[in-house]
Amino acid sequence: MYDVAVIGAGITGTFIARELSRYDLKIALIERDTDVANETTKANSALVHAGYDATPNTLKAKLNSMGNPLFDQVCKELDVPFKRIGSLVLAFDEEDIESIKELYERGIQNKIPNLKILSKEEVLKIEPNINEEIKGALYAPTAGIVSPWELAVALAENAVDNGVKLKLDSKVTNINKIDDEYEIYMGKETLKTKYVINCTGVHADKINEMVGSKTFGIHPRRGQYNILDKSAGNFVNHTIFQAPNKLGKGVVVAPTVHGNLLVGPDAEDLDDRENKSTTNERIAFIRETARKTSKNIPFHETITSFSGLRAVPSTGDFIIEESKDAKGFINVAGIESPGLSASPAIAKYVVKILKGITDITENKDFNPVRKPFIRFMELSNEAKEEIIKKDPRYGKIICRCEMITEGEIVDVIHRNAGATTVDAIKRRARPGMGRCQGGFCGPRVMEILARELNIKITDVTKDSKKSYILTEPTKN
Amino acid sequence: MLKYDVVVIGGGPAGLAAAIEAKENGVDSILVIERDRELGGILQQCIHNGFGLHIFKEELTGPEYAQRFIHKLKDMNIEYKLDTMVLDVNEEKIIHVINEKDGLMVLQGKAIVLAMGCRERTRGAVNIGGTRPAGVFTAGTAQRFVNMEGYMVGKKVVILGSGDIGLIMARRLTLEGAEVLAVAELMPYSGGLTRNIVQCLDDYNIPLLLSHTVIDIKGKDRVEEVVIAKVDEKRRPIPGTEKNFECDTLLLSVGLIPENELSKNAGIKIDPITSGPIVNEAMETNIEGIFACGNVVHVHDLVDFVTGESKRAGKNAAKYIKNQLKKQGKIIDTNPGQGIRYIVPHEIRLENIEEKLDLFMRVDGVYKNMDMVVSIGNKEIKRIKKKHLAPGEMESITLSKSDLSQDGVLTISLKKEEL
Repeated sequence: MYDVAVIGAGITGTFIARELSRYDLKIALIERDTDVANETTKANSALVHAGYDATPNTLKAKLNSMGNPLFDQVCKELDVPFKRIGSLVLAFDEEDIESIKELYERGIQNKIPNLKILSKEEVLKIEPNINEEIKGALYAPTAGIVSPWELAVALAENAVDNGVKLKLDSKVTNINKIDDEYEIYMGKETLKTKYVINCTGVHADKINEMVGSKTFGIHPRRGQYNILDKSAGNFVNHTIFQAPNKLGKGVVVAPTVHGNLLVGPDAEDLDDRENKSTTNERIAFIRETARKTSKNIPFHETITSFSGLRAVPSTGDFIIEESKDAKGFINVAGIESPGLSASPAIAKYVVKILKGITDITENKDFNPVRKPFIRFMELSNEAKEEIIKKDPRYGKIICRCEMITEGEIVDVIHRNAGATTVDAIKRRARPGMGRCQGGFCGPRVMEILARELNIKITDVTKDSKKSYILTEPTKN
Repeated sequence: MLKYDVVVIGGGPAGLAAAIEAKENGVDSILVIERDRELGGILQQCIHNGFGLHIFKEELTGPEYAQRFIHKLKDMNIEYKLDTMVLDVNEEKIIHVINEKDGLMVLQGKAIVLAMGCRERTRGAVNIGGTRPAGVFTAGTAQRFVNMEGYMVGKKVVILGSGDIGLIMARRLTLEGAEVLAVAELMPYSGGLTRNIVQCLDDYNIPLLLSHTVIDIKGKDRVEEVVIAKVDEKRRPIPGTEKNFECDTLLLSVGLIPENELSKNAGIKIDPITSGPIVNEAMETNIEGIFACGNVVHVHDLVDFVTGESKRAGKNAAKYIKNQLKKQGKIIDTNPGQGIRYIVPHEIRLENIEEKLDLFMRVDGVYKNMDMVVSIGNKEIKRIKKKHLAPGEMESITLSKSDLSQDGVLTISLKKEEL
């Protein structure tokens, strides 16, 4: 019998599981995919918003402004890349100027520190590559960039280090409430728990309806992105938004925490909750829209594109509360933007809700620190030499584009919440994230995965169980 | 710090030829650095024949061609390191490298030869929409899996791009029992050698769909279907021409890009057309004593020409060390004219030309019955009749030292045949 079952191992679920592992609780973290961070968490703008955008007094506003300052510490504890680079909202005409002034006022109400409206000259001084036709910008120095999937992976690992049971490949098919307990059905396995936390993103309404009536709806809103080569990573120094106007919210142009350039997203309401295809028309649209920010974005250096689904709630705000129909069942639903930015605060908020339902005591053995991850290329020459002496696998570069060593790949396979697929390795250690997109390192990564997991290379998959890469040995 | 006269980065056909030539020209202290497990580079996965017709006057397989150079390198006792990665190179020709055995090493070469080859363009670079299932491979990666690792990549295959690797893989996969449904090519002509179209597609009845491209990839876990559409003259898909191909694999042969990250970080100037270093007649880059050759400079279609160009780099690296490369004297810049995309080398220092010089270039479209005209300043110095020209086939022109005695910029252009 578990105390708490967290369903969904995206950024919200992993953050909650890790936060709950600070207490003496038996916790299960349930995920339908073969890896954590495999849905919306891996496909979003990767921004930690300052918090001026959300309507004052909503949960979005409160949890964003509470969540933003928490990133420094958690990313330090978990050794996850995070940079507070600041953001700019560009204004191109008088209407835009009004719009950024409104954002500024909202920011003041949301208690966002150090907001400033910059003149054209001030903006061009710090962002020389952007469109000279700008009239001014809202500057928010506390905005940041993070690697959301690495953060979720690290949270899951740290949660497991602290006793959480991670159940991958476990799609929840039904939930039964029997007296004060829940039975969660996951194909072959059934799990009993006192409390359930529903963090299932675009599926959260369906999961909620397994135990109660329909109290909210979620619909998927797809966003598509381009990622450009690291050679374009310095094109801008801040996260650059366009002032929202009648035509829409514009697109973001931002450096990523790994030094690439991200451009996107659009917004497209869909019916299909699994449709994460990219489309040529939409990619063309984001490129065209981004031209307003700068006409010279080097799109010929695009190395990949992706799309993700936002979980848009029918209520307009985050839904974080105990179900009225099912005691002990807490919905954490509609976590669209600024969900990532709010996630550290969401976790604390959920713990507070749980404390209101039951008494929980602290886990004295809780260790917030994850075993540091050696990023070989970031080491000094002396440290490089030393680590290769200790473990020669750090002397072998597997991914030439991102310069990732065998030592790093082996490390991410054998950690808690470790990688078991090619994509899972890519998310944790980055081989295949670079300009050749795994063309050179793919065969080597598969070989290492097969060796370390003691499986046949033909059983190595890209992502899901059925995503086989090789079919069979060649004729003799 | 370990010091060498010549450090060659890359042990593929370019690096091997450059190292051997440097040794033959009197350099003793040479190191070849190779990141893979063996020398020979991509040739090791090219098990088809057709290599060496120009240089050896016989048809060798890729590994056979490579082996001739590997043997020679070993016979000449040229030092090489395998499984060794160069982390960076700088203007002072200091190189940081790592491997499992030696750890981090700092090397310095009096001269450096860059011979890192090229990489394949990917799905992301050409922006093919759709889902992200397993089963999408670049043709070269698939070739490595099939020919070196010994595993098949799929059963029903569509290939996008009719570059040589795509064509070769169409045949290879067919021979291994897969069904190749079609090869789609965005352009109205193939980017591959004519002989490969005949021997790899026509002989196996594999359709080549010119002016077609893949516009969508479907499938959740593994590729289930790709959608191919015809494109107009501006290479835009034409609505209503979509055809669905049920398959489990999509191979991409959509171009090669010289791998110049090390070069760029060292401060070497890159030609935006070739994506390779700007070089002079000695295959020397803008940094004195750093040479470049082979596919890192411009993508070749025949290894024989890589060997020729790399021998030139090796020989000139040797001359550089002996202070025999002349910096003074007349310099002629080369300039691609009408119909020509690029010319290598970009600059000719006349004093260093012994007897003759080979210029390499590609045309920008398919042409019939044209004259390739070389002029310096306003004066035409050479005119060569060409029955057929295509971007997929690299052209070369040999000029003698006396041809270069004029003053001005050397321009090569295509002109309508003069009768």
